[in-house]
Amino acid sequence: MNDTALSPPAAGERYALNPMYLFRWEPTQDSHVLLYPEGIVKLNQTAGDILERCDGQRTVAELVAELQQRYPGDDARVAEGVYKFLEVFRAKGWIRRQA
Amino acid sequence: MPKDGSVVRLDGQGKPLWLVLELTYRCPLKCPWCSNPVDYTRDAEAELSTAEWKRVLREGRELGALQLGFTGGEPLLRDDLEELVAEASALGYYTNLITSAVGLSEERLLALKAAGLKQIQLSLQSSERALTDALVGARAHELKLKVAHMIKALGFPMVLNVPVFRHNIGQVEEILALAEDIGVDYLEFANIQYYNWAMVNRDELLPSLEQLQTAERAVQAARERLGQRMTIYFVIPDYYEGRPKACMNGWGAIHLTIAPDGVAMPCQEARIIEGLDFPSIRDQSLAWLWNESPTFRKFRGDEWMSPTCRSCDEKEKDFGGCRCQAFLLTGDAANTDPACSRSPHHHLITAAIACAHAPGRRVQPLVLRNERNARLLAAAGGCGAAAAADVALAGVEVAHV
Repeated sequence: MNDTALSPPAAGERYALNPMYLFRWEPTQDSHVLLYPEGIVKLNQTAGDILERCDGQRTVAELVAELQQRYPGDDARVAEGVYKFLEVFRAKGWIRRQA
Repeated sequence: MPKDGSVVRLDGQGKPLWLVLELTYRCPLKCPWCSNPVDYTRDAEAELSTAEWKRVLREGRELGALQLGFTGGEPLLRDDLEELVAEASALGYYTNLITSAVGLSEERLLALKAAGLKQIQLSLQSSERALTDALVGARAHELKLKVAHMIKALGFPMVLNVPVFRHNIGQVEEILALAEDIGVDYLEFANIQYYNWAMVNRDELLPSLEQLQTAERAVQAARERLGQRMTIYFVIPDYYEGRPKACMNGWGAIHLTIAPDGVAMPCQEARIIEGLDFPSIRDQSLAWLWNESPTFRKFRGDEWMSPTCRSCDEKEKDFGGCRCQAFLLTGDAANTDPACSRSPHHHLITAAIACAHAPGRRVQPLVLRNERNARLLAAAGGCGAAAAADVALAGVEVAHV
């Protein structure tokens, strides 16, 4: 599935973790990690917050609203951050847009 | 919110993130570039028991290990593989099986899936049946392709690992086509590293610079064509790179390998370094072996480095290269890896390349990995082309390709 050439993430879309990846909390790292063939990525807190919500159910708009609640103060900046993260995650192949 | 892309990558923080279990040195194949010791038959009776491997798994997780490789030899020769995979999955490892495919039936695949196995790495040596079968010394090609399709049909993520050397480096495009047909997720062209059996056969296996450049161009074109459908790795051949590989991300930094007899090593080759002690998990806890053992502490940090490395502005990048290669080629594991053009021993690399491609060089058959050849090589003094020539003359099993 090569959707890198497509438009950036949009409010009504849903994203899900690429089944190739295992996403979970890792106590010894005190953080979320992504595990995949020959690779480990330790995620910072916000990256973990966003990936946790890429469940194929929530829309991007819902995801943004939840993060705005979790990080109150500057809604526009949070929204911009979520969109950027999603774009990066998709480019890395960690998440896929649901049909 | 942090900036996009500020995803933290692991530096290990002193934890053995990657644990590799060499469950056995036994193997149905006879690959002449095998990374197992040339004297792999020495302690054939000493394989760890199921209970001992489970102890390694538990203690590894306590030390923070996340990625787990089951390898060998051929790990499928252990009939407790499924039990060990189940234990590892329950402990929270990402479990990888590294296999030749020989012994992987649909029944075993289903059992491994049920045990929680996450990923399978399958080796393929060429795109042609006759060449694969000659190289590995067994009729394995058709079986490998059949098993590869079975693995994907069962939904495992899959790495197709292709060891690259002179005989198959011209087949990049054909192998890519096979990988696309199978639907593999990761294709890894791994230029072989010259230790152990590969060192015995180095003159025959080492590709030329021109061959490498052609292969790299084919890989680049495929990456552009395939995009995200398949990730293609091309593991660099350090003999031609001018800079050494950042071997294992540094000695004792994130990698921990356990040999069939329980010996703990910073990498799968480390036992070739003479003068180091290699205690087993039968003698010590995994925590002691990783944190305290003089062998693991020996080449951490930069205290041990030669002046060439310690004064080098790239020492944080490549850690001075590979300790095993430094030992193998210069006799001192603390020397700068000769693959580095700044090494005072770099001429050993250029000489090896020249030797392997000397005009009029007499082609020798490949010395296959098997028990008889292991004994003959031990008698001939171990490694290197001279020993290989002696062994070849002794009428051992060889591959004519």
